[in-house]
Amino acid sequence: MSTLSEAATQTLGLLADADPRLVGIVLLSLRVSLAAVAIAACIGFPLGATIAVSRFPGRHTLVVVLNASMGLPPVIVGLLVYLLLSRAGPLGAFGLLFTPAAMIIAQAILITPIIAALSRQVVEDAWLEYREQLRSLGETRLGAAVTLLWDLRFSLVTIVLAGFGRAAGEVGAVIIVGGNIDGVTRVMTTAIALETSKGDLPLALGLGGILLAIVLALNAAAFVVREMAQRRYG
Amino acid sequence: MTLLPLQLRDVVFAAGDRRIIDGVSLTLDAETRTVIVGPNGAGKSVLLRLCHGLLQPSAGMIRWNAPELPGAPRRQAMVFQRPVLLRRSALANVVHALRIAGAPWRQREDRAREALRSVGLTALAGRPARVLSGGEQQRLALARVWALRPEVLFLDEPTASLDPGATQEIERVIAALHAAGTKIVMVTHNLGQARRLGDEILFLHQGRVVERAPADRFFLRPASREAAQFLEGQLPW
Repeated sequence: MSTLSEAATQTLGLLADADPRLVGIVLLSLRVSLAAVAIAACIGFPLGATIAVSRFPGRHTLVVVLNASMGLPPVIVGLLVYLLLSRAGPLGAFGLLFTPAAMIIAQAILITPIIAALSRQVVEDAWLEYREQLRSLGETRLGAAVTLLWDLRFSLVTIVLAGFGRAAGEVGAVIIVGGNIDGVTRVMTTAIALETSKGDLPLALGLGGILLAIVLALNAAAFVVREMAQRRYG
Repeated sequence: MTLLPLQLRDVVFAAGDRRIIDGVSLTLDAETRTVIVGPNGAGKSVLLRLCHGLLQPSAGMIRWNAPELPGAPRRQAMVFQRPVLLRRSALANVVHALRIAGAPWRQREDRAREALRSVGLTALAGRPARVLSGGEQQRLALARVWALRPEVLFLDEPTASLDPGATQEIERVIAALHAAGTKIVMVTHNLGQARRLGDEILFLHQGRVVERAPADRFFLRPASREAAQFLEGQLPW
């Protein structure tokens, strides 16, 4: 109990001081996870929507694999990206290992399947409803994918949030490819892991509190936007 | 070359081992308004979808005089019982249809506004389509058709879930579309509507065309026993 109350005091203290190191960690966390979500959305939405409106051999297998890859273990993704980016790896020449860029790549790989699989499901459900009308108008399948994505834009917000939550909350991938270097690649989750192993539980909890607050605030904002939009557009 | 006439020869549509359309042969010509009536499960909606190309026949042949080319703008349109409208403004819904039809983008908005005016929705052009009333939504679906100026329009019970006022408005638009040169092929359960809008009646029963006759004769003296029974069961007087 005392640890928790200490944590609360510490969180408030950290926030009140606006400790530049803490601010740096929080901003890097946001930067990495938001960039990863943006990349994943650019790939995942078109991919999911295309699969949703297409029919081809092996489609069912692809959907199962896609759904299963939502559960990719972050450490494994981290390890693979590590191997790719390490000096001896195929992409080693770019010197990206232990940089925020490497963390963004790893997280993008981690959440692209989540965004693709969830949007595949959402778009396919809508496709059943829209199919006859869109085909009657002469829309091509790819055109239908675009039309559906735009029509479902408010549902897609929730999918983006699911991706962001996964990215912001994972530690396995970013710690392997980022290395948790102070001031360079230290993000909230890796800092929490480090402080916990050092025994500074209040600081770890304080950081955890900030992480939760950010995720909560983003979700609340998205919820309000979605509600307002839904009320307006039906 | 015009799309019509449309020829169906021995068309069969089977789902599992049930033949929903069971050997239909007919020719649809331009100009007349064809109304398809028949009891539930007769295959009316399926027949409409087969003609429109939304379903493929299990057997038989469906041939337009000048078939639409794949990828080219469609020259036929369909209005469904429950219109599917996009989550954007009424105007944007019509513009979307015009974009698919390949209308030059400079003309799209003007043509969409003109179509909305023709169905009396000018005042609601900016309103999100999904929050319109049922009657307004169906009028918007008709405006979308109007903007496309199809040669043939299929309608699948377009007023089934509307009140009499809205129904009257829809019927007015359908008549105007026909007057502007669009062939009308409509399924309806409303026999009053079939009388008002139909030049000829196609009576469908258990997947077959049992009777085809000019509307006035069909309602006065149906030639087939099935049609006579159907009319007796349907008419409340």
